Amino acid sequence: MPQPLNYLKETVSQTAGPYVHIGLIPAMAGFDIFEKNFSNVLVTPNTKGERITLEGRVIDGSGTVLRDVLLEIWQANAAGRYNHPADRSAGALDEDFRGWGRAGSDFESGLVTFETIKPGAIVDRAGRKCAPHVNIWIVARGINIGLNTRLYFSDEEAANAADPVLNLVEPPVRRNTLIATRSERAGKAVYSFAINLQGPDETVFFDV
Amino acid sequence: MNAQAPALRDPRLNAPEPFTPRDGGFFQRDRAIHPPAYAPGYKSSVLRSPRQPLLSLESSVSEITGPAFGHNDLGPLDNDLIRNYAKDGDPVGERIIVHGRVLDETGRGVPNTLVEFWQANAGGRYRHRKDTYLAPIDPNFGGCGRALTDDTGYYYFRTVKPGPYPWRNFVNSWRPAHIHFSVFGSGFAQRLITQMYFEGDPLIPVCPILTTIPDKGALDRLVAPLDLNASTPFDSLAYRFDIVLRGQRSTYFENRPEGN
Repeated sequence: MPQPLNYLKETVSQTAGPYVHIGLIPAMAGFDIFEKNFSNVLVTPNTKGERITLEGRVIDGSGTVLRDVLLEIWQANAAGRYNHPADRSAGALDEDFRGWGRAGSDFESGLVTFETIKPGAIVDRAGRKCAPHVNIWIVARGINIGLNTRLYFSDEEAANAADPVLNLVEPPVRRNTLIATRSERAGKAVYSFAINLQGPDETVFFDV
Repeated sequence: MNAQAPALRDPRLNAPEPFTPRDGGFFQRDRAIHPPAYAPGYKSSVLRSPRQPLLSLESSVSEITGPAFGHNDLGPLDNDLIRNYAKDGDPVGERIIVHGRVLDETGRGVPNTLVEFWQANAGGRYRHRKDTYLAPIDPNFGGCGRALTDDTGYYYFRTVKPGPYPWRNFVNSWRPAHIHFSVFGSGFAQRLITQMYFEGDPLIPVCPILTTIPDKGALDRLVAPLDLNASTPFDSLAYRFDIVLRGQRSTYFENRPEGN
């Protein structure tokens, strides 16, 4: 027998279940308990950057929209800098932007929305420039381990074409599953997305 | 030689390791111990499980980083489920303390990380607009709370022991008593939701959700033992639940995969 390595093993995932709102968004469960709550609004009036709405749905293998799903997003600020010490890039921090939010899908429409800013391009630790993107984590009843995916922006064609992660996706047609479509609504940019859990347009999910 | 003199000891055995943040990539997740996305015994997973292989990414700055939280995000009663929704008295049920450490795979405590928890009441009923189980709502119990780990990764909270409840999977499926946990860690790739179960619960081996876990040791590590030493006499029993997040390298490897 070789010497034991003595690493601990990661605690395994379990589904968030149908009542995930109780713990993470209690107002959606139907009650008010905490003085301070987390939300789908990532911006304050002082946050720098272009205000955008992210708006999408998560769809199961029968084509049905999930109405009990919870998404979290994590993104860089308008200068392309994450609010975390492990980001050593040169972009300026924005003290009015944590870069994280969570949202439950609407119980009727299944719509998930975030009010945020468009992130800047990111320089990764290998010095490569990465297209602006938002990192997404998805949990729900029936999802045994949180799903990781990303959203890129339809108006960043050149940056997307050079992005080192998008370029890993094969076949290339699947890269489109990660791109949110820009439109304008009442003068504000809205990026629409669909996350397909299965089927011919299955979204690319990452083992990060 | 003085037999009474203490032997020379490595002083590091007594001193806690100072926590220096690491910012390399995370250890590869061992997906063989996690429940698979598609687990037909848990029927809800069938239509909600991706069928294409996941695309494996080396940790980039987008995964090594993650949100930070502080005491400003929390309220003073957030870790006391006996008090944080009490209207005209304490909630019904067995009073318990749940405590433990959030560690990483190298055994280091994960400091200042947000832990959130939610559960059914003592009768197995959730305070949720979609829960219609016949057991009554407890007017004094909300069923959720949160805590920040201290600088050694330790957390604790007080609650009542949740009850088991039936659910629609097979005609007679029951969830063992459990508390849901959400944990962050320092990087978004450590994000984890899991459930804590209670030592001795006879529903554990027959639960269709627990039996999705392919590794017996991994399942056992979701079961919190009774911890009499941490109980409060004439007040509350205690259960101990340690949570392990993915480990992290101290050095970032600036690999450039072929073609990039």
